[in-house]
Amino acid sequence: MLLKIPLPNSPTCYKNFFISIILLIVIIYIYQLTTYTKVNLVYYDKVRLVNLHKLPVKLLEDSVKKPAILNKKCTYWDCFNLYRCGNTGHDRITVYVYPLKKYLDGRDASSVISKEYYRILEAVIDSKYYTANPNEACLFVPSVDTLSQDNLQTNFTTKILNNLEYWSGGENHLIYNMIAGKAPEFSPVVELDVGNAMIAGADFDTFTFRTGFDISIPIFSPVLKLAEEPEINYNRPWFLTSSQISIDPLYMQELEDLQAKTSNILILDSCYYHNYTKRCEISTNQPYDYPQILQKSTFCTIFRGERMGQTALLESMAAGCIPVIMMDSPIMPFNDVLDWKRAAIFILEDHIDNTMTVLRKITPQHVREMQKHVRFLYNTYFSSFKQIVETSLDIIQDRVFPQWGRVYDDWNVSPDDRTSNPLFLPITAPRAQGFTAVILTYDRLESLFILIEKISKVPSLMKIVVVWNHQRKAPPALSKFPQIAKPISVIRTKANKLSNRFLPYEEIETEAILSIDDDIVMLTSDELEFGYEVWREFPDRIVGFPSRTHIWDNVTKSWKYESEWTNEISMVLTGAAFYHKYWNYLYTTALPTGVKNWVDDHMNCEDIAMNFLVANITNKPPIKVAPRKKFKCPECTNNEMLSADLGHMVERSQCVDFFTKAFGRMPLQSVEFRADPVLYKDPFPEKLKRFNNIGSL
Amino acid sequence: MPIMQAKKRYLLLFCAFLASVYFGCYRKKSEEVLSEVCTLPEFINVGAIRTGSVGRRKERSTIENTQLCRMETCFDFTKCKNDFKVYVYPSDENDSEPSQSYQKLLNVLRESRYYTSDPTEACLFVLSLDTLDRDRLSADYVRNLQLRIQKLPLWNNGVNHLIFNLYSGTWPNYTENGLDFDYGKAILAKASMSEQHLRHGFDISIPLFHKTHPEKGGNPGFVLSNNFPLNKNYLLAFKGKRYVHGIGSDTRNSLYHLHNEQDIILVTTCKHGKNWKEMKDERCDEDNKEYDRYDYEVLLQNSTFCLVPRGRRLGSFRFLEVLQAGCIPVLLSNGWALPFAQVIDWSKSVLWADERLLLQVPNVVRSISATRILELRQQSQVLWERYFSSIEKIVFTTLEIIRERLPQQWIREGLIWNNSPGALVTLPNYSDSYADFPFHAQSYSDRFTAVVYCQIGSPVVPSSPLYRLVSNVARSKYVSRIIIVWSNEHLPMKNRWPAMPAHVTLKILQAGSDPIKTSISQRFYPHPLINTTGVLSLDEDSLLTTDEVDFAFQVWKQFPDRIVGYPARSHYWDDAKGSWGYTSKWTNDYSIVLTGAAFYHRYYNVLYTEWLSPLLHKTVEQSQNCEDILMNFLVSHVTRRAPIKVTQRKQYKEQPLAGGWSPWNDPDHFIQRQTCLNTFAAVFGYMPLLRSNLRLDPVLFKDPVSNKRKKYRQIELVGS
Repeated sequence: MLLKIPLPNSPTCYKNFFISIILLIVIIYIYQLTTYTKVNLVYYDKVRLVNLHKLPVKLLEDSVKKPAILNKKCTYWDCFNLYRCGNTGHDRITVYVYPLKKYLDGRDASSVISKEYYRILEAVIDSKYYTANPNEACLFVPSVDTLSQDNLQTNFTTKILNNLEYWSGGENHLIYNMIAGKAPEFSPVVELDVGNAMIAGADFDTFTFRTGFDISIPIFSPVLKLAEEPEINYNRPWFLTSSQISIDPLYMQELEDLQAKTSNILILDSCYYHNYTKRCEISTNQPYDYPQILQKSTFCTIFRGERMGQTALLESMAAGCIPVIMMDSPIMPFNDVLDWKRAAIFILEDHIDNTMTVLRKITPQHVREMQKHVRFLYNTYFSSFKQIVETSLDIIQDRVFPQWGRVYDDWNVSPDDRTSNPLFLPITAPRAQGFTAVILTYDRLESLFILIEKISKVPSLMKIVVVWNHQRKAPPALSKFPQIAKPISVIRTKANKLSNRFLPYEEIETEAILSIDDDIVMLTSDELEFGYEVWREFPDRIVGFPSRTHIWDNVTKSWKYESEWTNEISMVLTGAAFYHKYWNYLYTTALPTGVKNWVDDHMNCEDIAMNFLVANITNKPPIKVAPRKKFKCPECTNNEMLSADLGHMVERSQCVDFFTKAFGRMPLQSVEFRADPVLYKDPFPEKLKRFNNIGSL
Repeated sequence: MPIMQAKKRYLLLFCAFLASVYFGCYRKKSEEVLSEVCTLPEFINVGAIRTGSVGRRKERSTIENTQLCRMETCFDFTKCKNDFKVYVYPSDENDSEPSQSYQKLLNVLRESRYYTSDPTEACLFVLSLDTLDRDRLSADYVRNLQLRIQKLPLWNNGVNHLIFNLYSGTWPNYTENGLDFDYGKAILAKASMSEQHLRHGFDISIPLFHKTHPEKGGNPGFVLSNNFPLNKNYLLAFKGKRYVHGIGSDTRNSLYHLHNEQDIILVTTCKHGKNWKEMKDERCDEDNKEYDRYDYEVLLQNSTFCLVPRGRRLGSFRFLEVLQAGCIPVLLSNGWALPFAQVIDWSKSVLWADERLLLQVPNVVRSISATRILELRQQSQVLWERYFSSIEKIVFTTLEIIRERLPQQWIREGLIWNNSPGALVTLPNYSDSYADFPFHAQSYSDRFTAVVYCQIGSPVVPSSPLYRLVSNVARSKYVSRIIIVWSNEHLPMKNRWPAMPAHVTLKILQAGSDPIKTSISQRFYPHPLINTTGVLSLDEDSLLTTDEVDFAFQVWKQFPDRIVGYPARSHYWDDAKGSWGYTSKWTNDYSIVLTGAAFYHRYYNVLYTEWLSPLLHKTVEQSQNCEDILMNFLVSHVTRRAPIKVTQRKQYKEQPLAGGWSPWNDPDHFIQRQTCLNTFAAVFGYMPLLRSNLRLDPVLFKDPVSNKRKKYRQIELVGS
């Protein structure tokens, strides 16, 4: 009955028809739903870190297989199973966390995890890399606390790890460890038989760290928050402070020798009544609050002790004190990606006696830079477990997907100081490539055609692209255009927007764009060719003819736009300017949305926006070429035009003011020069000058 | 209506109930978790933290396993206390000639400023015995190396020695550390190293280079333009041998899977060696045919990415070839320690692919955005030009890496290494602050120091050019100090000088009788009295108005890395003579701005004095001329940019009185300068000078507006 096609002439038929259709849809839907659930029948719950004292119990069986000892030869290339990663269609690694359990065997029982390990697990679960599904996991983090060797029952923990469901010899497992090795050996690597597992450890030296495989993390200190200061204090009474408790007597001797020669070295050790947050000066016993005292010192020594990892490192950094690393062969935290040369001083253990010579040589300016960098590193990578865990996972992410990896500047330069000129290669653009003229036009055909005729005579012109911004009127056929020796393409736009002139059209095949208004017909061929020559020498700047400047109005407390004959320029209008095509791409994709909307709403100031964009990224002013010209309608001097002009100026000033707010700063820079041909105005036969028709009004 | 209201009321009540249940429980839950976490133990017992003594240090220093060498255990720092000098063993006449590459390498060292002929003052030692090729099957293999090295009295088990090596191991295993002699505690600078074998912080991975790799100068990279987006015919290309069997052959053997004849061109041939036919597999004939269809050079030029798969060894020639071509390297060489990876961040210019995921390579390459391609490509050129384009650069980079490890030596941060102009021309002893160099930040003082070089030493009277020059410069509001470098013996009386305004100090330095100190290069000496970043360099008879000084300073502040000044000259290639020519004629472009009236950054004084090869200094000293040309060479070499000429002025000297002698009206003077130009180009290994077509004038220069509106009025009156 359902399949019977009803006759369309009775109302019941319609009704039946619709009912049958609806039924059909419902059936299909139900069918799909059942098959869907069949496929995805397994749901994975996020691991929940609750009921820590009443965990489910797991009994460990004695396995016959002896656990594999730590493989010292592991590299990323042969121990890391890459095939587990990236097969979920993600562009990122996925990390699985084992559910918390209480493990038992005949003799031992696992104790609860530490607060810090809890924070680590929490950070992994909260990170963007977490997955609840072990089958699609690329990395595994055991829920067994391995942070400190001191709290570990070595054999029992090894047993737990080797009994983990997806262990397979430790492959792709990440073991977090901050205190490795027991007395008296103090091995720099955690003493667990973890086979091919990766270790995120804090005690590595260059002999034990498996480059590109392990991850070096810092040892966290529970008193870190006490050391933090709200902002950097640059004036610090102590030059160098040693605050670690009971350092090697040999080093203490060397420190005292240093102190004998210089007055402002502070040497602290534990007080008579031991308390971690109190330190006493070694000879006077004067007590100080620790770690707050570190805020009073410019440099802080970090000695190696029984172990490489020292809590004093993060404590000093939190206090804004520049660490002086007195260790041989250290592996600094996150050494894969962080450039510690910018934030710490390294002194070999045999050269401690030279410490003051090294430190005194550093200029006060550089000390400040280092202090800022210490603070940046601490705030970005070290101030919480969340940051430490996320950074360690980020590093693995970049190993697995190096093509999207972060580079030096991303890791090591604070966002405020990042200057990234996208056109950084110092080259003079080749003359042979020429430029593409992009003309924005609405329907002023007459002047458009004059312009095309004129610029077609510029030797380096390669192509003309006409951006036709009139939607209702079609552009004339190409055959109606002036017949010139260079190709012309006409692009019809979808909306009459000024930003259409800055779209990175495929038709533009050259690096250089000459952006020109359809009424700028007064530039000579020599002037344009020379403008292109100048652009070739400054390919990252806007190089052009009509210039403007901005000035600060003290009365209205705002920026003003100025088009008078001034001694300075800070903008070159894109009504006649050369610039790199890449700026079109950035204008389209990276201009602050507020600015873009403003331009489209006001139908104005797109040229100012382009100047802001380029100056903001390059920190360079544009270059004005050749003497001033009268650009727009030389004959309009009547009062009516003047008032229109005034309104125009007010709006342009508003643009400058608004853009400054949108960019968060005033990126424009004023300069007092313009570019002329080498022989401009020289008493020299004009015929021998390469550009002689320059500067006529 | 009441019903509706009742409904609403119930609905509200219900919602409130739901909310209370939800939030109440939620709060209870989170509190519970919090309190639970509070009961957890801490991982560390704060009370027990102690640093403790370092037992291991002594232990380690007794380790004799040279495979575990570190600078602190295998290197004698006491030899490097004074200066970082390199001793090269004299070549033994009985020895066979070293290979071409090694000969070039030794030449570079012997001509460098690192070189010393006295082993007692040396920090590093380099063998004259050729260690580059340690493949027994190779023609350049030096026999009995072990014995010969043992005989060297200074060998000392390799302590402080630097061994260069390109090939180790031989067929069939090509073992990485098979150098066929015991290098002991020597630092290896070796190609094709793996991360695993590299002794951390000790050995240095260098790139594999051809026999034809230039000694100095080097060829520029191929990237001349930054088209965006980069539209190349091919996306990914490779053309090379494959080995069919044995170590390292798997990767290249499977490349044909990715070859699609359209945008991914990966072609291999089995033809190599004499008996390739015996080893050939079923694909060989087909591959060989495909191989012949493509030209290597064409592929290099026309591909966005180029595959760099491992060969028998991890590194290959292709790496440098591809880098130079600006074809972004895609590495298939698992475990390779990239050249100079200690200091160079390769993620800015190469892509790592994984041999295990060969079939993913096309996807990886296609996922790279046009913006990233723009970055990667430019950076490949920066690295090529700064560290790899000549043997000199490779050797100097190696030495600088070692130098930075020495205690009390200055170090450079990664920003310097990984940005143009790079570490080799950034001397860290000048300043430890990034901002003090002219290249990166725009930090400059608002003042400058004028240095007037007086070679002739005419008497100072109010009518003399020097007197007028000094008073004109002193009137600038930006000058902070005027330094007169007086090379003549007779110092003028102090009271003869024009009076200085309050903000200006005048200092007179007399060059001593020491011949080096009287050298014309003295004008570029980084004197501690120069305490501003901007230096205005002047000759005693230069003519400049105060406005000209001020304007040039304003321009220089925008281009602190360049020479900005008045008198310009050009160089040109003289085809007839087959040499470089020098001209002071009026031309449409220029490439030199004379330092008789020019601003530059004081850092160039340091580079000029400390960095230039001794050969260049000698040329200047002998001719007492050309120091300004050399300065232009230096600055253009560093910045890869032309100098900047400001305004019309070309004559910057007064015509000397009839009969008066001036070095500039001496005809020999001109010929000498031409000779200098050619000598400098030879020593640099290339012609660093670059031309410019423009000069910079004040914005309103000669514009038809009232002179009163113009800021630099004096300039209007200066002719050319």
